[in-house]
Amino acid sequence: MSEAAPPLQMAGISKSFGGVDALTDVDFTLHKGEIRGLVGENGAGKSTLMKIVAGVHAEYQGSMRVNGREVHFRSARDALDAGIGMVHQELSTVPELTVAENVLLGRQPTNRYGIIDWARMVREAGDHLHGLGLDIDPHARMGSLPVGMQQLVEISRVLFSGAHIIILDEPTSALSPPEVERLFEVLRRLRQAGPSFVFISHFLDDVLRISDSVTVFHNGRCVVTEQAAKIDKQWLIERMIGAGHGELEAGYTAEFRLDSRLDAPVVLETEGLSLGRAYRDVSLQIRAGEVLGIYGFMGCGQVELARTLFGKLRPDAGAMRLLGKTLHLGSTAAARQAGLAYVPENRRSMLFYQEPIYKNVTISILERLSRLFLRPQEERRLAAERIKQVHVVPPRVNRLVATLSGGNQQKVGLAKWLTFLPKVLILCEPTRGMDVGAKADVVKIVRGLREKGIGILVTSTEPETVLALADRILVMRKGEIGHEFAGELVSKDRLLAAS
Amino acid sequence: MNSQANLSARTAFSQHHEIHTMTALGTDLATPPAIPTTERLAHWLRGRMRNLAPFVTLLALIIFFSSASPSFATGSNVWNILTQVSVSAMMATGLTFVLLCGEIDLSVGPMANAAGVLVAYFTLQDASVNIANIPLPGGVAIVLAFIGILFLGLVTAFGVTRIGIPTFIMTLAMMEISSGICAIAVRGQIAYAVPDLVKTLGAGSIGPIPWIVIIGALTLAVGHFVLTYTRFGRYVYMVGGNREAAEYSGVNVRMVLAAVMTICALTAGLAGILGVAHFGSAQQSEFDDFTIDSIAAVVVGGTSLFGGQGGIPNTIIGLFVLGVLNNGLDHVRIDSFLKILIRGLILLIALIINVYAQRLRAKEE
Repeated sequence: MSEAAPPLQMAGISKSFGGVDALTDVDFTLHKGEIRGLVGENGAGKSTLMKIVAGVHAEYQGSMRVNGREVHFRSARDALDAGIGMVHQELSTVPELTVAENVLLGRQPTNRYGIIDWARMVREAGDHLHGLGLDIDPHARMGSLPVGMQQLVEISRVLFSGAHIIILDEPTSALSPPEVERLFEVLRRLRQAGPSFVFISHFLDDVLRISDSVTVFHNGRCVVTEQAAKIDKQWLIERMIGAGHGELEAGYTAEFRLDSRLDAPVVLETEGLSLGRAYRDVSLQIRAGEVLGIYGFMGCGQVELARTLFGKLRPDAGAMRLLGKTLHLGSTAAARQAGLAYVPENRRSMLFYQEPIYKNVTISILERLSRLFLRPQEERRLAAERIKQVHVVPPRVNRLVATLSGGNQQKVGLAKWLTFLPKVLILCEPTRGMDVGAKADVVKIVRGLREKGIGILVTSTEPETVLALADRILVMRKGEIGHEFAGELVSKDRLLAAS
Repeated sequence: MNSQANLSARTAFSQHHEIHTMTALGTDLATPPAIPTTERLAHWLRGRMRNLAPFVTLLALIIFFSSASPSFATGSNVWNILTQVSVSAMMATGLTFVLLCGEIDLSVGPMANAAGVLVAYFTLQDASVNIANIPLPGGVAIVLAFIGILFLGLVTAFGVTRIGIPTFIMTLAMMEISSGICAIAVRGQIAYAVPDLVKTLGAGSIGPIPWIVIIGALTLAVGHFVLTYTRFGRYVYMVGGNREAAEYSGVNVRMVLAAVMTICALTAGLAGILGVAHFGSAQQSEFDDFTIDSIAAVVVGGTSLFGGQGGIPNTIIGLFVLGVLNNGLDHVRIDSFLKILIRGLILLIALIINVYAQRLRAKEE
């Protein structure tokens, strides 16, 4: 080889989880000093590939070379030793410690008695930050810094540990536009010194701005790598959703008109609702007999918003009104009594695994079922009706929920709100991880509830979910409501282009 | 616009998406392979280890002590054991509620002590007892003692649910506060006089049956009834089983936690008030050992340390395991210092089984 080997070279990488292919025969090469964008839908394989690089997944087929040397990482430690660091969406810095301590975390300098040499630590951290062109006080407490700064400190830490390949997972999702700008400035400056960056993101505008070239993943395959200067957002979206593949394309670019019912009475309304960094100034209306979809990337604030509407979180500012009356929710119990219902985004937060189905179904209606003493026979009868309604198989109310399949469990979680219908039903990721039949069942149930005049809010990070269920769609982005699709033509690529 | 076309486009849309996930979730639909009988039996036993282990332990202890000592398996000794576990039984009832919620109360002994001391404080004492107490009619003394303990329970509940102090720490503070109240009230003295009603229920009998056994059994029975047949009882199990899910189901988790901490204080108070009559005096640190004894009874009985599993029947078995052990060790005339060690070991084994049982169940999820 005449010139130096590339920092990272992967060939024929395949990886499957329990018989399901997550990556199929992927080749990937990263060049020195390059910033590479990595895009694809949820589950397209980009994160899986990077987790292999970072040593998180040790089992895979194919070969990986770092600086020309064949490697196979067994742990994140192995990867770090080989100079590969990852900065996750959820930062792993310690807010109680100082910046200096965070930069040198795990490698604090000690004097000859084995005691931490504070002066040297602050000096080294300060020099390092300065060398990277970052003007951050090493004495500052990490938690007192804005998130953008904390992220830069974490990047510095990864660099300080000797990494020459740095994987950034959704680095801009929590940043304001000026913070994004500063991050990009720092990245551009840093790469002059040699390190290469992989930039995984859903924010395609950001990817196109910072990357030298972009690699698109679709269904576990690396579809294409192209120079960022030659392409635009629409081009990326088409590749991401598999356009150009005949009948596949039809499904994704198919447009349909949203059946928005803008004249129906408003059931639940928020005005200027804000909560810390999670979301700001959210004003929305949920109408009777309408399914309002909120689509946004992970961490965009939709989960927090949904939890606020159900009284689990308390907003810093703003108002909520149910049927015109102002709501002050002190607890989820108050929310339920007001006529709100909530299905959380994961099964673990909605089910009592060690209890039979019927207790899971009746938990939310015990007050209306019994004044003081339980009526187990009545409970079983009602639960039997409900689980038949949502197609839980087998429909045996005494079965422990733990013994059901995932899709059935999720339907049990939904069934508890169907006996006495709520005024507003909030569904978080209602079809995530479900099989075909279960998904169809959920769509049917939601449509049935809509016909009965309930206001329904669906939040999801999957475009398919909101597109399949919603009559009106709000796009949420970094804690703010952006584009609204109402009574117009939508398709998946339009939705992605708006987010 | 034609909504028909819209709908079909959507259906095609969602169907297409489903094709992707179908393979991913195909495993869900697979039927489990046939399981051989022995394996099924093992599975059945594993699932019931929480209930079986304490029961087997109890049987083993009874068989062992019966064969080791002729004085153990006698009618009068059965009454001894029943009487000995009665005070713990009352405390353990409230503790069962607390542990079922996945919480702990370390203050039950001193709380019982405070209630006992209070009832003595409001009773006319012998001239030899040098405390500046306030003699009141017996009924009033009992009511005041219960009001006092109710107040302490509400303080615990407030600290845990409103301020957010973990029960472990909050009840540690209440332990000291209760001990402090006792110290101030009795000032190192021993008070012997209690109201007549308390004296009867604590130390008297109806025929051959000591009242305290009846009250202990009644407390357990009421506890069992509440936990099994009332809405509140269901909430206790659900909050312990999965607090987050309970909250997202609209259960008022804080209210349930506040209630169990208060109930636990009240049953401890009952134990303390009757206990001073049972033991014949009210004094400082009288019930300190009962904290560990009653927590041990609940845990040894198999109620999960993590909440949601177990109940009063478990607690009853646990009470008997410890009661038989304590009583039996006296009959086989063992070194009394070794006795403490043996109890410790039994508790450790119970804890291991408890955690292991939890893990087995978690694996099934």
